[in-house]
Amino acid sequence: MPKFEYAPAPESRAIVDLASSYGLFINGELVDGTGSSFKTINPATEEHLADIAEASAADVDAAVRAARAAQTRVWGRMSGAERGKYLFRIARIMQERSRELAVLETLDNGKPIKESRDVDVPTAAAHFFYHAGWADKLEYAGLGTSPRPLGVVGQVIPWNFPLLMLAWKIAPALATGNTVVLKPAETTPLTALLFAEICQQADLPPGVVNIVTGAGETGRALVEHPDVDKIAFTGSTEVGKAIARSIAGTRKRATLELGGKAANIVFEDAAVDQAVEGIVNGIFFNQGHVCCAGSRLLVQESVADEVVRRLERRMKTLRVGDPMDKNTDVGAINSKAQLQRITELVDAGEAEGATRWTAPCELPTRGFWFAPTVFTDVSQAHRVATEEIFGPVLSVLTFRTPQEAVAKANNTPYGLSAGIWTEKGSRILWMADQLKAGVVWANTFNRFDPTSPFGGYKESGYGREGGRHGLEAYLQTGEGA
Amino acid sequence: MSPAKTKKAAKATTPSAPKRIDVRKTYKLYVGGAFPRSESGRSYEVRDAKGAFLANAAMGSRKDVRDAVVKARGAQAGWAGATAYNRGQVLYRVGEVLEGRREQFVAEVAASEGVTRTRANALVDQAIDRWIWYAGWSDKVAQVLGNLNPVAGPYFDISAPEPTGVVGVLAPQGSSLLGLVSVIAPAIVTGNTVVVLTSEERPLPAISLGEVLATSDVPGGVVNLISGRTAEMAPWLASHRDVNAVDLTGAADATDVDWADLEVKAADNLKRVLRPAGSGSDAVEPDWAEQPDLSRVRAYLETKTVWHPKGQ
Repeated sequence: MPKFEYAPAPESRAIVDLASSYGLFINGELVDGTGSSFKTINPATEEHLADIAEASAADVDAAVRAARAAQTRVWGRMSGAERGKYLFRIARIMQERSRELAVLETLDNGKPIKESRDVDVPTAAAHFFYHAGWADKLEYAGLGTSPRPLGVVGQVIPWNFPLLMLAWKIAPALATGNTVVLKPAETTPLTALLFAEICQQADLPPGVVNIVTGAGETGRALVEHPDVDKIAFTGSTEVGKAIARSIAGTRKRATLELGGKAANIVFEDAAVDQAVEGIVNGIFFNQGHVCCAGSRLLVQESVADEVVRRLERRMKTLRVGDPMDKNTDVGAINSKAQLQRITELVDAGEAEGATRWTAPCELPTRGFWFAPTVFTDVSQAHRVATEEIFGPVLSVLTFRTPQEAVAKANNTPYGLSAGIWTEKGSRILWMADQLKAGVVWANTFNRFDPTSPFGGYKESGYGREGGRHGLEAYLQTGEGA
Repeated sequence: MSPAKTKKAAKATTPSAPKRIDVRKTYKLYVGGAFPRSESGRSYEVRDAKGAFLANAAMGSRKDVRDAVVKARGAQAGWAGATAYNRGQVLYRVGEVLEGRREQFVAEVAASEGVTRTRANALVDQAIDRWIWYAGWSDKVAQVLGNLNPVAGPYFDISAPEPTGVVGVLAPQGSSLLGLVSVIAPAIVTGNTVVVLTSEERPLPAISLGEVLATSDVPGGVVNLISGRTAEMAPWLASHRDVNAVDLTGAADATDVDWADLEVKAADNLKRVLRPAGSGSDAVEPDWAEQPDLSRVRAYLETKTVWHPKGQ
C-alpha cells in the first residue's frame, strides 16, 4: 500500500480570537472567579493558549444559585415550545460558527482538524437540533403524561470530545426544563467558554447555562453541592464510583458514562478490508481517546495472521502529526499525564511478554505524541488486555468459536461497546444478543447520532444519553411505586 | 363406667389430647429451587402481630447470601434466554397456583400483619392481581421501551431493553405478601433473577411463596428467598461483585439498616440502585395498594443499541 506524499495543508487559526485569560460563566456573564487560575496549552506544540479561572467552592455555589433561580423563575416555567426555540437558535449559531469551534477545539485538544470539523462540531450542533424538537413533545416520550424537570443539573465532562460532550449534556437537560452548571475538563476548557458566548448571542436567559472551569476540586464541589438535583458525568470508572459513593443516601440522581475495553470481533468470513478500516477507526480515531474505542481486537484464529498483516500495512499509511493539517489522521495526545499513562501501560505490555509493533512514523519534537501501536501474543490477563489505555494502542487476541469470542468479549468489568465483523446475518444477531455492551456496532464502528441512545452495562456506568431513552435521565416521570 | 364418663373425668384432671396432632410446617430458605436450612444452622422465632409464637424460620447468613447469588447467576442466562411468551406463561402459572393456595396466604398474612381476615383476603387478592399485571408485561416491554432510531446515515439502528442480571432485593418489612410480590415480579418478568432478603419479622408468606414458585415451572435459582436479620445480610448483598442491581425498598423500618451505607457498598461495582421511597435520608414503605407503573421494571433494564449499515 503506497503512502502518498501530500503537501502541508494547514487550516488557518486566524478565525479564532483568543483572549489571554478567561473567567467563569455565571448567571449569563463572564466573571472573574474567586479562586486561582491555571493554564491551558496546545498539546501539539505545548504553546500556552490562555489562563483559565479555577472555580472555587464559592464560585460553584454562585453558579448553582444562579441555575436554581433561573430554573424556578424562568426556564422551568417557560413553555416547551419557547425553550425549544432557544435550543434551535443555539444549534444554528453553532453551525454558523462551526469553523471557529473546530479550530479552537483542535488547538486546545490536539485532535485532527478533519475530525473536529467533520465529527465533533456538526454532531454537537445536531444534538441541540434534535433535542430542541423534544422540548414541546415530552409527553410523547413514554414517561407519563406530565413529565417534570429535575431542577438543577451538575455536569462534569471529559477532555476527549469537549464540545460534543458538552452538547450531549446540555441539550437534553435544557430541552427537559432543567438548568445546568457544567464543568469542562481542565485541559480543554476553551470551546465551553466559546459556547458561553454562543448562549449570550442566543439571548438565553441568564443562569440557564453556567460554566465553571477547574479540575477535580471544582468538580467535587459541584457534585457535593446540596442544591444540585442530578449529576451527569462522563469520565473514568474510578471517578464514577467516587461520585456514586458521594451521592449515596441522598436523593440526587446520576447518570455515569464511564470507561470501556471494547472487543472488536472479526470472524473469518468478514469482508477483511472493511474490517481493517473498522479496526483502524475503532482504535485510532481521536488518538484512541474514546471510551468506546475498540481496544481489544478479537480475531478468529484462521484469519488472524492475515488480518494483522493487513492492519499493520494500513497503519503504515496513517498520517501522524500536526492536528491543524487537514490531511492528518492521528493528532496529539491530549496531555503529558495521559502520555505517561499510555507509555506506562505499553511498557507493561512489553514487560508482560506481548509483542509490540509500532507504525514507523516521525513524531514532532514538541508536544505529546504516541505512534499507533499494536500488541500481538496478548493473553487475557495482560494489563494491555484488561485496563483502559485511552490511547492509540490495540491489543490482539484470537478465538476459534463464536462462544469463545463471546466469553472473551464479556470477560471484563466494563460493558460500553462492542464490534462484530461477519457477513453472516444470523451470527450478527446472535452475537449482539450475547454481548454485554450498551452499543454494538456490526460491520461498522464508532458511529454516533443524537437519536441513538449511548451508555454502558456493568462498570461502564448507568443511564443512557441520546434518543428518547436519554430524556428519562432528566425527567421526573411521575411514576411512583 | 361408660366411655363418655371416663372422657369427662379425664378432661377435668388433665388436658385432653386433640383429635389429631397437626403437622406443623418447617419454614426454610428457598435457594436454587430447593428448600435448605441455613448453612449456619441457626433459626429464629417468628411471632404474630400480638407476639404469639408462629413458627421457627431459618436465620440466613452471609454464606447463604453468597450461595443464593451463585444460584441466581447460574439461572440468569437461561431465564433471560427463554422467550418472553414463555416467561409470561410461567409467571401466569404462578398466579394460578397462588389463587389455589389463597387460604394459606390469607391465614399467614392475617397472622403476620395482624389484620382481619377480611383485610387479609383483600391483600391476597391484590397480590395475585399485581402478579398477573406484571406477568403480562413480559412480551410488551420491548415494544414499549424499545426504539428504531432514525440516525442521519445509511444505518439500521435499534435499541431494545435487556435484563440487568442478578438483582438483590430487600423485601418490604411491613407488607409481607403484596409488597413482596410487588418487588419480585417487576424484576423477574424481564429476565432478571433475584436474591431476596425477606421481611425480617414477617417472613412466612415469603417462604410459602417459594413453595408456589417451586411448583409453577419457575426454574430453580430465578427467585431465591432468604429469611433472617436484614442488617446482618444486606451489606453482603449490597457489596457482592456478582450482583448487578439492588432494591433498597426494604430498608424502610428495618432494624439497624442504614440505606446510605448500603448504597455506598453498591458503588463498588456500580450496581444500579433502587432507593427506598421517602424524601431526604428517610425511608418509608410505599403504599402498595397504588396501581404500579413501569418504573420498577425499568429499574433493572439496560438499553442495548445495535447498528448495522444498509447497502446493496
